[in-house]
Amino acid sequence: MLMRELLLCPPDHYGIEYEINPWMSRARGAETALVQKQWKGLEATLSNLGAKIHLVPPQPRLPDMVFTANAGLTVGKKFIPSNFRHKERAGEAPHFVRWMEEHGYETAWLPENLYFEGEGDALFGGDALFCGYKFRSDIQSHRAVADILGCLVISVELVDPRFYHLDTCFCPLPDGSAFWFPAAFDEYGQRAIRDHVKGLIDVSPEEAAHFSCNAVVLAPDIVLPEGAPKLVAILKERDYRCHELPMSEFLKAGGACKCLTMFMPQREACA
Amino acid sequence: MFSETIELRGHIIDSLILPKVLDQILTRGANFKIGEIRIGKKRADQSFARIEVSAETTEALDDLVLRLRQHGAEVVRRADVQLEKAPANGVFPREFYVTTNQQTFVRLKGREIEVKPAMMDSAIAVDTKKRTAHAAKFFDVRKGDEIVVGHQGVRVVPVQRATSHTDVFQFINASIAADEPKSAVIRELAHELQRARAAGGKIAIVGGPAIVRTGAGEHLVRLIERGYVDRLFAGNAFAVYDAERALFGTSLGVSPERAFGTGGHENHMRAINILRETKGIAAAVEKKILTRGVMHACVRHKVDIVLTGSIRDEGPIPGVTTDVIEAQKIMREKLANITHVFLLGTVQHSLAVAAMLAPTVKTVCVDIDPTAVERAIEHQPLQSIGLVTDVEPFLRELAEALAGDDRTGESRRRR
Repeated sequence: MLMRELLLCPPDHYGIEYEINPWMSRARGAETALVQKQWKGLEATLSNLGAKIHLVPPQPRLPDMVFTANAGLTVGKKFIPSNFRHKERAGEAPHFVRWMEEHGYETAWLPENLYFEGEGDALFGGDALFCGYKFRSDIQSHRAVADILGCLVISVELVDPRFYHLDTCFCPLPDGSAFWFPAAFDEYGQRAIRDHVKGLIDVSPEEAAHFSCNAVVLAPDIVLPEGAPKLVAILKERDYRCHELPMSEFLKAGGACKCLTMFMPQREACA
Repeated sequence: MFSETIELRGHIIDSLILPKVLDQILTRGANFKIGEIRIGKKRADQSFARIEVSAETTEALDDLVLRLRQHGAEVVRRADVQLEKAPANGVFPREFYVTTNQQTFVRLKGREIEVKPAMMDSAIAVDTKKRTAHAAKFFDVRKGDEIVVGHQGVRVVPVQRATSHTDVFQFINASIAADEPKSAVIRELAHELQRARAAGGKIAIVGGPAIVRTGAGEHLVRLIERGYVDRLFAGNAFAVYDAERALFGTSLGVSPERAFGTGGHENHMRAINILRETKGIAAAVEKKILTRGVMHACVRHKVDIVLTGSIRDEGPIPGVTTDVIEAQKIMREKLANITHVFLLGTVQHSLAVAAMLAPTVKTVCVDIDPTAVERAIEHQPLQSIGLVTDVEPFLRELAEALAGDDRTGESRRRR
């Protein structure tokens, strides 16, 4: 199998400096030593599983740059950068674009007025690109992404503010199935996912709250936050190897393994 | 109904965005009409839908459209109306928009406002500051008033055929010729009047002198006594013939009771003189000078009488409005809440009233002249019945059907 390449950003400037989702509280800061330990644990795990790790230099005053999944969406050599909804994160975009262009990626811009938060809200499953909308990305951006990529885009509405990005509640698997937390979607989104994904694994509310769906899949390995024994048992039955990592310091910002990772590319080409 | 056109693009079928948007429209009590839909043929092809969304109020529509935009709906911008100032009092700009009697909306600064009231053969005057629009007649317009010109930004909503219930108007909707049977239709009309009365509808009679001259006045009195008439529109002649008959037994000298006329044209003039002397119909009833007839019944049963004059009138009797512009204004006002109207044996008066009716008013026209019937009901295409017949047998059968039905109803209640 082709070696997967991943983009990560060291958490040198990471911290809870503002509150833009229900997980964030400036009263509950991240412990610097633990942050480093947990992030290094993730980097080492992914590296040990054979992924090639690229690091984008962290920037001061952009604490969430560590969550590279929101840099954009990469397909083949095409990079669609995010248009962040919150001004607090908008400053990350030029750094990601410059880095990607320096590494040979061609930027495909979305119209400026459409919010889109990259791989955080856009995940390939089967031959479709599933895209979440409402809290961060606009549904109109999905159509623009479909125009750029020429693929089928399934737009699903997110309804639980705790699960504000698609990658916090939906994790596609390479066999065309996925694990997900259904209550994070409205009924039409649930139906659309059920119509297009076979063999869905429902994650319980308790385990979903540990961001269990925020997992990096390097089949047959899955790297996910600890705290989801039931999910792990089901995945093991399906012959996946699960690597459960402590992610407490990143959960304080509403992120975990997948948020800290962007695939370069997520797909070589659309189906 | 206020409306906006929205467009949806993208993978709206696979994502179930189209059904979601349509469901949201319906669950919020609004309606939609799909204008155009194109479904992608291949898997990656995007689809397109253009949908007209309509709601009862602008607020409800704005709120709904705001929600639909979250799901990707784009509002199609429609052009505003074009306005031009009236060049002089009583004169519209050359290209002024001529109204129909259908519900009409104009778009001003991107939002629709309803033209109130809907009135046929008028212009639309717009108050841009108050954001209101009204149908204006020539005599309404003042120099400098903003008048709609051309068709841009004007939307007309034709009355839809009712699908929720059926009544005789849904089935017949045409005129019944002189040689066709009418009894069954008249019985159905009687049921319709009962339903209308029970539902708080308002029934108007527009009556010509033929009602009195043919001796049908007494049948109309029975309708009035049973509470089936709320307003009576007539001319000076109708009131005078009715008074003459009440006072002298003749109308224009002819007695319906006798097979041959006995003369007595002067009765007509004497009746006018008495009504002028007593200062009108109501006073004549009060003084017990007028003790029977249609006018008497109207006063006794508090039926609103709207009398307007014409050039041929003798008198006129007090209470008749002879200024035609003033008469139009009064008639329009008095027709505003009418739900059912019977145009009986009077061509000119019927045409005048028909031109003032909202398209939702259920209209029955009875006249011996087929062309009069056709012309009177042509503006109410979905809500009218015409009967080509003498007005006397019509009113007699209607009064009998109502009396019979009311009796059955009463005996049923007593049991």
